[in-house]
Amino acid sequence: MTDLLNRYGALLTTVFILLTGFWLLILIVLPNVYLFEHSFKPYLPVAEIGGPKDVYSFDNYLTFFRSPIHISVFVWTVVYSAVVTFICFLMAYPLAYYLSKVSARALLPTIFLLLFIPLWVSEVLRSFAWFIILALKGPLNASLLGLGIIEDPVRWITGFRGVIIGLVYTYVLFMLFPLYNAIASLDSNQIEAAEDLGAPWWRIHWRVILPHAKPGIASGSVMVFMLSAGSILVPTLLASTNSRWFTEIIQQWMFESQDWNTGSAYAFLLLILCTVFVSAVMRIFRVKLSDIAK
Amino acid sequence: MSAGVDLDSVSMDFGTFRAVDNVAVNIQPGEFFSFLGPSGCGKTTILRMISGFIDPTKGMVRIGGRDMKGQRPNQRPTALIFQNLALFPLMPVWENIAFGLEVRGVDKIKRRARAEELLRLVDLPDAGDKMVSQLSGGQKQRVAIARALAVEPSVMLLDEPLSALDLKLRQHMRAELRAIQKRTGVTFIYITHDQGEALAMSDRVGVMSQGKLQQVANPRDIYNNPANGFVASFVGENNVFAGEVKGQEGNLARFVTPGGTFTARLGPGVAPGAKARLFLRPEHARLLADPGAANSIPVEVTDVAFEGNFISIHARDAGGQVLVAEARNDGSSSIPQPGERRHFAFDGANAVILTGDTAAKDVDE
Repeated sequence: MTDLLNRYGALLTTVFILLTGFWLLILIVLPNVYLFEHSFKPYLPVAEIGGPKDVYSFDNYLTFFRSPIHISVFVWTVVYSAVVTFICFLMAYPLAYYLSKVSARALLPTIFLLLFIPLWVSEVLRSFAWFIILALKGPLNASLLGLGIIEDPVRWITGFRGVIIGLVYTYVLFMLFPLYNAIASLDSNQIEAAEDLGAPWWRIHWRVILPHAKPGIASGSVMVFMLSAGSILVPTLLASTNSRWFTEIIQQWMFESQDWNTGSAYAFLLLILCTVFVSAVMRIFRVKLSDIAK
Repeated sequence: MSAGVDLDSVSMDFGTFRAVDNVAVNIQPGEFFSFLGPSGCGKTTILRMISGFIDPTKGMVRIGGRDMKGQRPNQRPTALIFQNLALFPLMPVWENIAFGLEVRGVDKIKRRARAEELLRLVDLPDAGDKMVSQLSGGQKQRVAIARALAVEPSVMLLDEPLSALDLKLRQHMRAELRAIQKRTGVTFIYITHDQGEALAMSDRVGVMSQGKLQQVANPRDIYNNPANGFVASFVGENNVFAGEVKGQEGNLARFVTPGGTFTARLGPGVAPGAKARLFLRPEHARLLADPGAANSIPVEVTDVAFEGNFISIHARDAGGQVLVAEARNDGSSSIPQPGERRHFAFDGANAVILTGDTAAKDVDE
């Protein structure tokens, strides 16, 4: 604080603090507090708001626990978010290893640029693109048929398949970069030392590289999991008739039923339950929050 | 179970840069062999070729008589100790040491027992359950040695492993390494730019410069009978006179320099009439009150540095060249004062005439 004052003077420091405070308070804290408060109130006709029925209760939260369908949607959302996270890890780890330890330094900027370019396109457009690619008569099936790999066109967008593909595509970079950073920080001599001691490649990964990359894996996984579970665009666009995502239920409460109170309760439930799930997984893999912050 | 290492005219090119140029040397089983040279001379490249991280562009590496071409580091009977040791920080000490055994499928109880045995060998009992980060520099050193010994290598490769330690510890570890080598009988190949280390520990030393092996000999010969100007100037201090070989005088050669005419031994490959340099170790120079019979030039003492066990005296001759003489601190010689006029003299049998580049001394250590 004194450092900030010395460096920028009283006026600028005040501006910085006010801007940060504004951002935190108006854009993050207040909306959440508002929703949090409303999640404990009943959904009432306008005339009855403030009346005798307008009291705090857990009813909105209990609605969720009384609805087996919603619970099952939540469970599947968590399960498939975990699947997405795992697939992202499987895809990102070899690439992260290649980028940080194998590829020529001079190639890195080009490869990173190629990885980033898709991020410049809006998520909506990218999801639509996948909708087209995965369509029954879309380019993917056409190429696979043309190459003779499949006999009949595959219905890609069925069950959670489309959602998984879309989410993996959208969020895989959130796994790649923490992993890349983690592996890049490993002293290459350790890999060579393990090889020199006779270790085959898989054991080098298992005993030396993966343990070192654990914090990166953890932060990448937390990000991909939370983003997937909270994603609304991809599940809406690439959903099939039998794939429902928990965020879609929140959206229904908010926009179709106009019941913001229950919607808020569901949104907080998603946040709380996902946090509990993530903490539990972190405990199982013995990852500390402080490791991730690195 | 140690094996010899035969470098059969190996060369290594990185692009257009030739890091190792036609190096041929036969390292005996059980030998302590050092490659000595300034940074960038190709010694680490040689080590990486022996351990298998790179294959030579030309020539052959044989370990125990077997051609190692195409054999990865994990298939070679070598163990490398890295300059930064490269211990695994996420494993306790005993797992570090037993890693090579784990790879070979040895069961956990035996691994642990072997690790403890090796910890006792390197004089570090009770450290098995510690983490690497809890150890001091010297202790890490020992763990690295134990880890390499655990795989029972035929050849142990050491890449300047002592350079990170402070002087006292370094001297202690020298003796320790030497003792471990004698105890285990494993062939040690040691890379260093520290001439003191190389001379003190090795059975033989290979001095390298710019990818070429300049001389292979035992430490005594490296110091006393250097093969060329590079070896003479890289190993130890010298007074150097440039001049020309002009005729014989007994079994010594006559050497004419702008400062005077001296006698000295002819180094290998130096023919009469050649332009060359005369190298004289400071400890062989004396500063006399009267002119000597031969090999004597008048000088003025400029500086006297007391080094403890010896005294280093700098003097300037008529041509302005600075000469160094060393006197033992045992009261046997009178120590002149700066400004005094003396005669810088030496015995021709102690000086040697050599050709070849002189080394720019490595100053980073």
